[in-house]
Amino acid sequence: MLAIDVQGMSRRFGDYLAVNQLDLQIPAGCIYGFLGPNGCGKSTSIRMLTGLLTPSSGTIQVLGLELPRQADLLRQRIGYMTQKFSLYDNLTVLENLEFVAGIYQLPRRERPLRIRQLLDLYQLEDKTQVRAGSLSGGQKQRLALAAATMHQPALLFLDEPTSAVDPENRREFWERLFDLSDAGTTILVSTHYMDEAERCHRLAILERGEKRADGSPADLMAQMPADVYEVSGPELRQLRRQVLGWPQIMSAAQIGQRLRLLVYKSASWDLPVLQQQLGPAYLIEPVRPSLEDVFVANTGAAYAESVSHSRNFS
Amino acid sequence: MLSLSRIHAIFRKEIWQLARDRITFAMIVMIPLVQLMLFGYAINTDVRHVPAALVDHSGGSAARQFVADVEASQAIRFVPGFTDISKAKAALTAGQVNAILVIPTDFNRRLDERRRGGGRAIAQWITDGSDPMLGNAVNALRQMPLPQLSPTHREAALPPSALFEVVNFYNPERRTAVNIVPGLIAVILTMTMILFTSAAIVREREQGNMEFLINTPIRPLELMLGKILPYIAIGLLQVAIILGLGHGLFAVPLPEQWLSLWLVTLLFILASLTLGLLISTKAQTQLQAMQLTVFILLPSILLSGFMFPYVAMPKPAQYIAELIPATHYVRLVRAVVLRDAHWTALLNDIMVLAAFIVVGMTLATLQFRKRLD
Repeated sequence: MLAIDVQGMSRRFGDYLAVNQLDLQIPAGCIYGFLGPNGCGKSTSIRMLTGLLTPSSGTIQVLGLELPRQADLLRQRIGYMTQKFSLYDNLTVLENLEFVAGIYQLPRRERPLRIRQLLDLYQLEDKTQVRAGSLSGGQKQRLALAAATMHQPALLFLDEPTSAVDPENRREFWERLFDLSDAGTTILVSTHYMDEAERCHRLAILERGEKRADGSPADLMAQMPADVYEVSGPELRQLRRQVLGWPQIMSAAQIGQRLRLLVYKSASWDLPVLQQQLGPAYLIEPVRPSLEDVFVANTGAAYAESVSHSRNFS
Repeated sequence: MLSLSRIHAIFRKEIWQLARDRITFAMIVMIPLVQLMLFGYAINTDVRHVPAALVDHSGGSAARQFVADVEASQAIRFVPGFTDISKAKAALTAGQVNAILVIPTDFNRRLDERRRGGGRAIAQWITDGSDPMLGNAVNALRQMPLPQLSPTHREAALPPSALFEVVNFYNPERRTAVNIVPGLIAVILTMTMILFTSAAIVREREQGNMEFLINTPIRPLELMLGKILPYIAIGLLQVAIILGLGHGLFAVPLPEQWLSLWLVTLLFILASLTLGLLISTKAQTQLQAMQLTVFILLPSILLSGFMFPYVAMPKPAQYIAELIPATHYVRLVRAVVLRDAHWTALLNDIMVLAAFIVVGMTLATLQFRKRLD
């Protein structure tokens, strides 16, 4: 069953095309990532999927409801967690949760139990009387997730959920997300962080309002149109400038003491050829592609070039 | 359908936040207190003790008696030292005195003429016209009865019979505070109600709470009602403070028609809150909300009839005044508090306020749509 089914969704602001002909099929229970740089259309897409923005064209079905017509019905069934903490800093943890329970019209008798469950699940039992403003980043994050899931929504939207927390809290937070997903909640995460994107079941890479790639992180890595090598040796900065001029090289980025090269598969340069090109001074090692490589291959100059490459080399 | 549960959630949250926000809470009580003191004591249109210079060219005992009579009226306080006319004029220019009384050399002859029924003035006032209110106070002296004329020469110069008899209803002593205090309710409610609501909503936007709220099932009208309700209670509290203090400090009468007072005040509070909501749909920051509030507050003070009588204003100003809720409330509250009017006698202004609320609420709700496009 599809939680989100979108066909040809576009949104125009004046002359500017923010989202262009987006197709999305997101199965229920899936953690789906929107990965893209700032201004790629992530926020605009999510606003159309929550019914806040009317698409210029295309059809949107979310949880079987047709948007934007049935947006009011949808709101009771989705949760939304903003990037910036958006509960009330000068209310206590308990007051914030009681407020949210009231907004989602939980039956009065069930509220104490549900709030206790959430406090327990998100380890906030000893913070009930603490004002939200004085919580730590990780605690705020958990409180926000507790609020967004108060009414047990079938679909959860998360906007860069862990951009402001440390790695340990981030792991813990994602454990909770996998629990929710396991229980059948569909989760849509928008992010420009690779380590967040890597955890998603499926990913869409967006750029300039268009979907550049769609699939599981493993599939996306396998489908990369480039091989990845790490090169070590002398004068890496100079080498980088040199190889960037070669049409066979998709990208070159220095990572510590190594230069990470993406070489077009269509160029048919295997390891011996590359070694020959670079010279004997360099040590070259083939490595597995990372999600960052996938992102680089699918966006920006590399994307534009790879489109023209597939024409040149084939 | 509106959901009471959601309105209640917003209402309760607003009360919690208000209870935490000590400065706002202090302002709720301090604004009426301070304003009442300032306006009640400072604004006084019954002018007394205007400083004046005396230039006496006659120097006789009759003139001295006349000056004593003028001073006895309490309207004038003579400042010694400006005995020749050029010094007196310089003092007028410098603002040391606001009027000059010139007694001519032939004062005694003029006084005699007057006793025989002659019409010539016996002395001259030079006044500082740059402040009309002071000028008027001196003008009023023209009609001053002169004891030197009547008691000893009763047969020669009976005081001219008045053309009209004037009876002062409602405020027989003609004290300004009686007029100011009820009007002050309008000004203070305008200020606090508009500012608090607009700031409370803009704050949600500024601090990012709105981003969460728009994705919940809350409806715009529910949000607005929940936010408005606590401030209605605050407004009524402020009215009680002003009327109670006004009664205690300035002996302003307490109204007999409590129900009418409650009704018209509630209407005005709602109208002001509506204005606050309208501002909040436009203002992006709390500072902007504050500036827009001042923009409404100034005409509410100057044009509403609080400061200057509505009937004395030029037509265009009256048209603008009609658009300001405070104008209607100043009329209503003065009628109810000072003239014990029943609300049924005041339907015109009540209808205008009601219309204002309906139109304002509709506009605000339309402006604050949950769609972003």
